[in-house]
Amino acid sequence: MFQLLHTRSLKIIGVIIGVLLLLCTFFLSIVLGATEISLKMAFDSFVSYDSTSTEQVIIQTTRVPRAIIASIIGANLAIAGALMQALTRNPLASPSIFGINAGAICFVVLAISFFPISSLVQLMWIAFLGAGIAALSVYYLGTLGNKEPTPVKIVLAGAAITALFSSFTQGMLVLDEAGLQDVLFWLAGSVSGRSLEMLLPVLPYILVSFILALGLAYHVNILASGEDVAKGLGQRTGLVKILIAITVVLLAGSAVAVVGAIGFIGLIVPHIARFLVGVDYRWIIPYCALVGAILLLIADIIGRFPIKPEEIPIGVMTSLIGAPFFIYMVRKGLRHE
Amino acid sequence: MMMAVIQTRSLTLSYDTETVIQGLDFTLLENKITVFVGSNGCGKSTLLRSLARLLEPKKGAVLLNGKDMNSLKSSQVAKSLAISPQGPIAPEGLTVFNLVKQGRYPYQHWYQQWTEEDEKMVNSALENTQLTDLMDCPLDSLSGGQRQRAWIALALAQGTDTILLDEPTTYLDLRHQVEVLDLLFDLNKKEGRTIVLVLHDLNLAFRYANQIVALANKQIYVQGKPEEVVTRKMVHDVFQLKCEVSTDPIFGTPFVIPFGKGRNLYESNMSV
Repeated sequence: MFQLLHTRSLKIIGVIIGVLLLLCTFFLSIVLGATEISLKMAFDSFVSYDSTSTEQVIIQTTRVPRAIIASIIGANLAIAGALMQALTRNPLASPSIFGINAGAICFVVLAISFFPISSLVQLMWIAFLGAGIAALSVYYLGTLGNKEPTPVKIVLAGAAITALFSSFTQGMLVLDEAGLQDVLFWLAGSVSGRSLEMLLPVLPYILVSFILALGLAYHVNILASGEDVAKGLGQRTGLVKILIAITVVLLAGSAVAVVGAIGFIGLIVPHIARFLVGVDYRWIIPYCALVGAILLLIADIIGRFPIKPEEIPIGVMTSLIGAPFFIYMVRKGLRHE
Repeated sequence: MMMAVIQTRSLTLSYDTETVIQGLDFTLLENKITVFVGSNGCGKSTLLRSLARLLEPKKGAVLLNGKDMNSLKSSQVAKSLAISPQGPIAPEGLTVFNLVKQGRYPYQHWYQQWTEEDEKMVNSALENTQLTDLMDCPLDSLSGGQRQRAWIALALAQGTDTILLDEPTTYLDLRHQVEVLDLLFDLNKKEGRTIVLVLHDLNLAFRYANQIVALANKQIYVQGKPEEVVTRKMVHDVFQLKCEVSTDPIFGTPFVIPFGKGRNLYESNMSV
């Protein structure tokens, strides 16, 4: 397998370049859009905020929160995908393919349609619950019949669970058309119109799961050599797997609570990270965070142009990029066998 | 290196509802090469896996130095015995060096990541398996024999007295089978490591083993030195195979010649 950055110093330089790229895309995300904003104006809004300037208000109340949310959620989804791919030893694993997003959304829509829920913290817990139930169902379905869950069985189980939860979601929306408006942005996945107040309650959980992911990285490396090998080396594989699963559910559930369903970031980015740094998850995880953030920011920026002044939801954008990549991965996998 | 005495006490093993091993009492000989033999599905791999606590006993226990292995800390057990499972698959792109480094996992703590001792053990494992020159190659670019040596190097880096290997020669051609067995033989001879193997090739098993353990009917049918226990009756009872037991003309160890069909140049009425 090809690996671009071989030595430790190259990898560190890569991180620095990644951070610079992230800052660049972050600024582009602030400057570009329906309302053109000059770099100087953007800069001014940080150093000397003028609440009478429309542009500066747009920057501080819309563009900046949006860019922050896109960065954090991008990192979030990419790390979730990397952990899932390691846990299932399946290169196609990601929160969207395995039905975890669909499960979280179904529960969110269910909660909004039938219960008077308004606080985002409650929605977040409901999203966690949905993500967890979907993850358990996929794992259970994937292990039916034979002891070892094969990649194909888990992908099929993920497709089945996604279909199941999506049809529940659609059923509820048909019954309750009035509620449709409230949940539409969750269904499409979007970072626009989100304020930082929507991110803050979820942020502690995201940060905890980032730390968990980094702490688990070395143990994930061992587990990636196979369960028997890891057990033989004295790893408590059951504990490690449960911790990985909890981290994934925290990451995927919080992402859905804030921005709804954004697919394919979790699928693609781990592969890009592995292309850059190889098989060591102690590097893969931080690279996933950087690349995921950059990619989601770019997807968000591109979505602002084709149908100006309207915007293409970011979930649609990532699918446009991600679907061909998914097909490429499947074909590559087929050739290997 | 930590000494390890491995025993089983009325050990019963099963997959789902099917019992594979029933009430087995067994003590592993230290500093010897022991080979498990038996027909397909007789439970020799299952027994080996349970000795390495990859499989939990249904009843009874596996003891390490007199203590139930399941009550010991997993990292503690990993410092006493290493297991090389059957047909392991490493992540695509993992290099030999990075695989062998994983052997130091039981010695790592969050406060102390990598020591000189770790480095030394990894290097000597690579030297022992003659992989030093290949250490930066990805595992998937190696030949089958080299790859198997890399997995053995991983077990060596673990620095254990006892190494268990589940069919380490499967899928290897004869030359590489001999190469792997020679490596294990040397590890036993020079360093006194206890080696336990599951093997299918009986004649090679009898050549390399100080002790064979033949499994049949969920129990040990017989154990002992190959030259003392291998008979026609034994091979027939364990493998349901009619054969002649001869002596290896070079090594003097028992040599099994299976009966069956095939060309026979000694038969006078053989059509040419």
